[in-house]
Amino acid sequence: MATNVLMPQLGESIVEGTIVRWNKQVGEVVNRDEPLFEVSTDKVDAEIPAPIGGVLIDVRVKVGETVPVNSVVAVLGASGDDLAEPMSDTGTMVESSAATRPSGDQQKQPRKIGLSPVVRKLAREKGIDPDQIVGTGTGGRVTKEDILSHVAAEVDNAPPLPPGARSEPLSAMRRGIAEHMSSSLRTSAHAHTVFDVDFEVVERLRTEHKPKLTYLSFIARAVVDALGEVPIVNAALRNNGTEVVYQPEVNVGIAVALDDAEGLIVPVIKDAATQKVSDLSQSIADLAKRAREKKLKPDEVQRGTFTITNPGAFGSIFGLPIIHQPQAAILCVGTIERRPAVNTDSGEIEARLKSYLTLGFDHRLIDGAIADRFMVQVKANLENFDPEVL
Amino acid sequence: MSGRLLKVRRLGVVGFAEALELQQRLVVSRQQDHIVDELLLLEHPPVITLGVSSKRDNVLASPGVLADRGIEVHETRRGGDVTFHGPGQLVGYPIMSLKPDRCDLHRYVRDLEEVVVRTAASFDVRSTRIAGFTGVWVGTEKLAAIGVRLSRWVTSHGFAFNVTTRLDDFSLIRPCGLRGYGVTSLEQLAATKVSVQAVADVLTDHFASVFDRELVLERYED
Repeated sequence: MATNVLMPQLGESIVEGTIVRWNKQVGEVVNRDEPLFEVSTDKVDAEIPAPIGGVLIDVRVKVGETVPVNSVVAVLGASGDDLAEPMSDTGTMVESSAATRPSGDQQKQPRKIGLSPVVRKLAREKGIDPDQIVGTGTGGRVTKEDILSHVAAEVDNAPPLPPGARSEPLSAMRRGIAEHMSSSLRTSAHAHTVFDVDFEVVERLRTEHKPKLTYLSFIARAVVDALGEVPIVNAALRNNGTEVVYQPEVNVGIAVALDDAEGLIVPVIKDAATQKVSDLSQSIADLAKRAREKKLKPDEVQRGTFTITNPGAFGSIFGLPIIHQPQAAILCVGTIERRPAVNTDSGEIEARLKSYLTLGFDHRLIDGAIADRFMVQVKANLENFDPEVL
Repeated sequence: MSGRLLKVRRLGVVGFAEALELQQRLVVSRQQDHIVDELLLLEHPPVITLGVSSKRDNVLASPGVLADRGIEVHETRRGGDVTFHGPGQLVGYPIMSLKPDRCDLHRYVRDLEEVVVRTAASFDVRSTRIAGFTGVWVGTEKLAAIGVRLSRWVTSHGFAFNVTTRLDDFSLIRPCGLRGYGVTSLEQLAATKVSVQAVADVLTDHFASVFDRELVLERYED
């Protein structure tokens, strides 16, 4: 009886493996437990022993190819009637190879053979209707492997590139950002709150000052003071969200977009609480410049406790930012522009310098009321900016 | 629960080929349960090693330059790309059976990283993992590289932790095949003076704690 050799699952979070060596060639005899092939995954190479003794009939996956866990990589012809066993030492799964499914009208009959609980659960997890799959188990029963190879086939069926299209692997930075962003969305319960802030006072102070100061430095200062008032916004969750860490220092990260859509980097202003607006303005300009030139020191992108992102510089009215893990919140600055606003004293409509500020916060840790209390403070700090801290 | 036994061997400076041969012998003995789990701690003379999936062009220096500097190039059967070993780098080769309760490659690699992170922390150096880039990092610079081989759930190869490594030598390669990332050492980052010996002492304790093993110390064996 032929036996399929499957790509073993070498760890809970491992979804695929790359074959880096076949120790046997088709036609050769391999003993049970003798190394049959080697798999590489995430800086680890593992020797996989043959699940049973027999003749190597077919190699389905060539050296250098990557396949999902539980894909058939080879077929062994057993020398004896070696029955399939569920799991060998290294977790190499074996299952009876695809018997031909009974043909004819039997196929149209309602499925009479029940599914095992494992298979039913797996099908549910993968969102697959087992009735749509031709089973290869005894009497046409749908096996675990049938489900998995169905899933694998769906993955392999990614449509070919349209003519003229070009594909290239992502850069290390791009992959890093991709992983960080999606893992942040998986980790935090993102919620957002948007505040309309008047910048007239800030505008007057910043243009009177020589040299002129940036809006961002005023916002950073207003944020730092508000973080002092509402310290939980400066906190971080750890241990799978079971523990909150209140951080003694306030280190504000500023997201900087790199040229040529290469990615972004978040340099951090350390001990921002001790800095005046003019200091912050200088620190931000210096860090952003060196970020674009890739001259930041490792320590300058670490230990941030809160992040500010400023897509307003590119014309965005407001954004819904993703939290920079493991921080608890992120502030997004929309474009600062003159807008019609009602003067509540006179009832007149005036052109005022305004911006929408959005706080993205982790609702696991911070409730809406707390987030809003923080934002009320930020708004107040900006609209009644204290000239003493320039 | 008190852990299984772990024998730690501090071997001093050992040639790469010699260490490889020792590992292979120990892996077989461990598979047959003739020995307990072991952790080999050592330094290598300057050598560039390639993993199974290494690309040769990640070795940047010409064979002539390497020969002039007395640096060998070795191909190995561990995972990972090209790396450099040399004096001042604490190399750890755990020969451990992950059976029955630690049969998870990712977990094993994350645990090795954890040992280095804790050890660096003992010297007040804060290091991190970067998702998708195995190893231990400080910012975008690598403090320790990891490459592991597994054979019937018995581990070999392991980690290379830059303590006082001469970082210039890394310019001969593109470490781990990654562009745009640098290397660093504990010496560069720690406020106090560090040595391979002192780091090995501290690391041994963290290793035992992370892997829940009880130490059997054997120092400076041949």
